[in-house]
Amino acid sequence: MDINNTSRKEFLAAMVTSGLVLAGCSSKKTPFEAGADELVKPSGEKVKLLSVDGEVIEVDKAFLKPVPQLPAITNSEERKGIPGKKFVMVIDLSRCKNLRKCQQACNHMHQVHSDLNWLKVYPMNEGEHTAPYWQPTTCMHCDEPPCVKVCPVDATFKRQDGIVLIDSDRCIGCRFCMAACPYSIRVFNWEKPDTVSEELCGQPYSCETSVPQKKGTVGKCDFCPDMARKNELPHCVVACPNGTFFYGDLNEDSVTNGAETFRFSDLIKDKAGYQLMDDLGTKPSVYYLPPAARNFPFEKGMEIDKG
Amino acid sequence: MENSISTKNDKQAASAATFANGRRKPDALTDEQIISDLLPRKFGKLGMIWMGILVVICMVGVFAYFRQLKYGLVVTNMRDYASWGIYISNFVFFVAISLVGSLITAVLRLTGVHWSTPLTRIAEIIAVSAITFAAIIIIVDMGRPERFYNLFLFGRLQSPIIWDVTVITTYFFISILLLYIPLLPDMKILLATKEKTAFYKLYRFMGSFWKGTHLQFRISKKAINILCIAIVPVAFSIHTVTSWLFATTYRPGWDSTNFGPYFISGAFLVGSGAVTVAMYVFRKYYNLKNYITYDHFDRMGKIVVMLGLLYLYFNVNEYLIPAFKMKKPEEGFLDSLFVGEFAPLFWAAILGGMIIPIIVLLFKKGRHPFPMFICGIMIVVGAWFKRYLIVTPTLLHPFLPMHNVPASYKHYFPSWEEWAIAMGSLAGALLVVTIFARIFPIIPIQETLIEQHEKEHNK
Repeated sequence: MDINNTSRKEFLAAMVTSGLVLAGCSSKKTPFEAGADELVKPSGEKVKLLSVDGEVIEVDKAFLKPVPQLPAITNSEERKGIPGKKFVMVIDLSRCKNLRKCQQACNHMHQVHSDLNWLKVYPMNEGEHTAPYWQPTTCMHCDEPPCVKVCPVDATFKRQDGIVLIDSDRCIGCRFCMAACPYSIRVFNWEKPDTVSEELCGQPYSCETSVPQKKGTVGKCDFCPDMARKNELPHCVVACPNGTFFYGDLNEDSVTNGAETFRFSDLIKDKAGYQLMDDLGTKPSVYYLPPAARNFPFEKGMEIDKG
Repeated sequence: MENSISTKNDKQAASAATFANGRRKPDALTDEQIISDLLPRKFGKLGMIWMGILVVICMVGVFAYFRQLKYGLVVTNMRDYASWGIYISNFVFFVAISLVGSLITAVLRLTGVHWSTPLTRIAEIIAVSAITFAAIIIIVDMGRPERFYNLFLFGRLQSPIIWDVTVITTYFFISILLLYIPLLPDMKILLATKEKTAFYKLYRFMGSFWKGTHLQFRISKKAINILCIAIVPVAFSIHTVTSWLFATTYRPGWDSTNFGPYFISGAFLVGSGAVTVAMYVFRKYYNLKNYITYDHFDRMGKIVVMLGLLYLYFNVNEYLIPAFKMKKPEEGFLDSLFVGEFAPLFWAAILGGMIIPIIVLLFKKGRHPFPMFICGIMIVVGAWFKRYLIVTPTLLHPFLPMHNVPASYKHYFPSWEEWAIAMGSLAGALLVVTIFARIFPIIPIQETLIEQHEKEHNK
């Protein structure tokens, strides 16, 4: 994300890109001559650069423009996933009081349209005499994903590390996946997302960061594989002050919310973890711990809930 | 079969004077009269007004679509829960109505029914124009129509959408051929009688190679037979696959093994309804009383009753059996249909689109042209709203609560752009039928002549 912090590889790639741009320009208007771009005034401060041919050249600093940050990995790598991993999440319902910090962080980091939420917190109450509880709901990253089954163009796909992602550059916007998802987790960009910053707008889309969101395509929780690649936790996990979300790798059998780390199998066994609507055969990668011995009364969450 | 019809006609011939206004088959018409009766005619004043209205509705639809392209699907009132709206229900409606081409042309022809000959071209042009607009409306529904080619670049055979694209394309081409091949002998008649008309060049381009030789007739008959056999499974496929777009999901109201036959029976019903409406209109405004007779209406009426009862049967299965169990996810959905926000529309579609037409058409007088016309309209309009009721209420009853969304996301009523585009597509389909009838004979001339000759020969 940080443009100033470009590596050498990215710098060279950027040089190639600008070389290509130069080739497309007419010979009279090279950006290295004054007056080529009327809006830019030379600052007088020169910068030494390595040209495509390997020559060291000097360019006025005013002509340097930030180039779009190229994705660190290719689309086909993004479609394969991180080798040897099987990501899972455990959501402890006894810790949630509907603070929505997870939602805010997720929306902010993915620049989700202001009407939409990738992560929803539902007030759940199964029966007449049962107790209500708050249920944060992410994408289940099913092992038998109904959305992937119905996608006509392979725009949504299942990776070997268990994550289901969307390629917004390929999505045709038919919304069949939204009809197919029993968890109603998918959202649609009915218009150009109002939250995408201009700086990000022109950048190439990455399936792993899921930004920038594009008009006329489907979006959803991506399990933050870009964070996983950096060995960091998803935004919702980090944002929750109550440690409701645990994220981890099934192969390592460990999950963590940042502060506490558990053996996944022990946690599921001890707290009687379950999957949402597992009777549908979707085999979710998200597990819930029942809202027993709660940290907060349900009513606490009503203050924030706006429906 | 044929003999029984002609003896019936002989009996009726005695009372020909009292039934002169076209209640019986034409059995005293000369070839020249048949040809001049059935040639396409210029639009009258009424025809021009009709065309004008259709063109205006189409243009409004095009303008609305332009807005949608500019601003995105946000101009519709579809949102994340009701993510499919009247575009999709309109699509299902078009696919449904197009099935009638295969019913009237293929099924009746293969089973040796001859009375349907004058109706085949009406049915086939309805099929072609409906399937064309089904394809158009599905592109309108796409968030990224400019990426349509992705279906061919990255198409996944596992997706029901790819099945739909495949069978609809196949159905379109078979239907076009079934429209075109029987037109060839008529094109020769048109070229012989109407030299230097506006469409002369078109007729010559499309059909000048048809000389009417014995061999050509034999090839054409064989080709039509093959197409008639081929179109039946394809027709069943297009609507079964369309039903699977819904039935392959988990949602209450869609998660049904009944959906394929339920859709097909409904499709045959609405298609037959549309044909009866078209029969009435063409009979009246093209003066075809001698060719589309009371007998035709009577027989079509009986078919509509049978199809109506069949569709009603599947509706009982589709709604009453889940209602008997009232599973939790289905409960809210069924309540909204039976007594809730969709109840007026639901009962209107069931009563007006099925039960009342069935009852009316059970009576012989009910199968006269005018009551048939009214019943046909009720069936078609009822069917359009029925498709809406299949698509939208289900989406508004998801498994998890509708929460963390703006209030407008929890309800659905189409925006003006959606109405304009949907109505524009319907007007477009009617426009295709109207223009076709202006250029080509809507009743097959050659086949009518042959039947006439056979009838005289039998005497």
